[in-house]
Amino acid sequence: MSIWEFANPRKFTALSLKILPTLVGLSAVLVLGGLIWGFAFTPNADKFESTVKIIYVHVPSALMAINGWLMMLVCSLIWLVRRHHVSALAARAAAPVGVVMTVIALFTGAVWGQPMWGTWWVWDPRLTSFLILFLFYLGYMALWAAIEDTETAADLTSILCLVGSVFALLSRYAVNFWNQGLHQGTSIPVATGGRTVADVYFLPLVVAMAGFFVLFVALVLARTVTLIRERRLAVLDAQEARA
Amino acid sequence: MIALLRRDLMLAVRAGGGFGLALAFFLIVVVLVPFAIGPDPSLLSRVAAGVLWLGALLACLLSLDRLFALDHEDGSLDLLATAPLPLEGIAAVKALAHWLTTALPLVVAAPAFGILLSLPAPGFGWLVVSLLAGTPALSAIGTFGAALTVGLRRGGLLLSLIVLPLYVPTLIFGAEVARRGAEGLAIGPALPLLAGITCGTLALMPFATAAVLRRALRG
Repeated sequence: MSIWEFANPRKFTALSLKILPTLVGLSAVLVLGGLIWGFAFTPNADKFESTVKIIYVHVPSALMAINGWLMMLVCSLIWLVRRHHVSALAARAAAPVGVVMTVIALFTGAVWGQPMWGTWWVWDPRLTSFLILFLFYLGYMALWAAIEDTETAADLTSILCLVGSVFALLSRYAVNFWNQGLHQGTSIPVATGGRTVADVYFLPLVVAMAGFFVLFVALVLARTVTLIRERRLAVLDAQEARA
Repeated sequence: MIALLRRDLMLAVRAGGGFGLALAFFLIVVVLVPFAIGPDPSLLSRVAAGVLWLGALLACLLSLDRLFALDHEDGSLDLLATAPLPLEGIAAVKALAHWLTTALPLVVAAPAFGILLSLPAPGFGWLVVSLLAGTPALSAIGTFGAALTVGLRRGGLLLSLIVLPLYVPTLIFGAEVARRGAEGLAIGPALPLLAGITCGTLALMPFATAAVLRRALRG
């Protein structure tokens, strides 16, 4: 049994519907658990007081915003190489979820920045690259919406996703060059293994990140199934019109 | 390829409109800026380099939607696609024609518009250099965007939404070169990076454009 079996929309739908309730439940438990743990049962940080608690929404949503685009990139590649429709539809399904995550990250960042930096917005490299990521999401979704023929739309948006990824990366490093920032570096550098966040904040954060991840997967699966059914309905309609 | 380039240039010159329009648009943007932010020369000279870059970029964007649309409507794009010339070559020639007809006049006119915005004296040379180095990338990226939206009815607005985020790195480095030049600072790595982006896009974008055109024409 290989993963490509689920390129079959029927199998994909069946599996998705089977695991969706579990995923939804799990994400609810993890997100609520992480947030309640983080909000109610962690001490205030020295310098940040209670504002530190927004980290439990901000970091997970930012994480999923970037990984959402990454998932679209992988799906686009699979579509271009192997032409599995489910893959193209999954990329389409992920875009609105990713854009919401981006908005959440930008919004919570602004709310946190107001008391801490004294401003809602600065043209900091991280903030700027996120705004640019948001624009890329918008363009991608607009292109999907504009093309009627779904196969052409899948082709063109996939190529846009590939090209966009290259330019998003370029922009990421270009804005670094352009302006030095206020935003702190990562507190959980995966590459070096060290971290500057105390366990008491880190553990609920991990729970919240896992929760957002499962939530993202659940939303994307649900939306993909919806898109598959929509496509099937359109085919049935077309058949009826011909008969 | 040369025949195609000549044809595109002839069309641009003889059909009117497109050729001078971008230039006129650029001029109007430059004229509107002092109205919007005030006529103070010291303020103007500080923002001049950035405004000129932004104006040139928007003017480039303006003529993109006609790049493939006319050829698509009268069917000559399909003919070009079946011609022995590879589609990648066609994409490259289209980008070159767009650069020659739209971007090059902007580059030539930019110093004159710099006077309007009281651009500091050392900035003129760097402005032209940065535009010369950067605008080919704008044309190549724009050709890709034009190919994406070629068959669409409301392509124009969508085109801007898709192309403008792709312009970000070019704009950052290009405006940085012009700004540093105007302020008399060392140019530093901005110019090599800008040139690098241009070379990279020129080398790779025609392939992406051709891939898009192939799918768009098949549908």
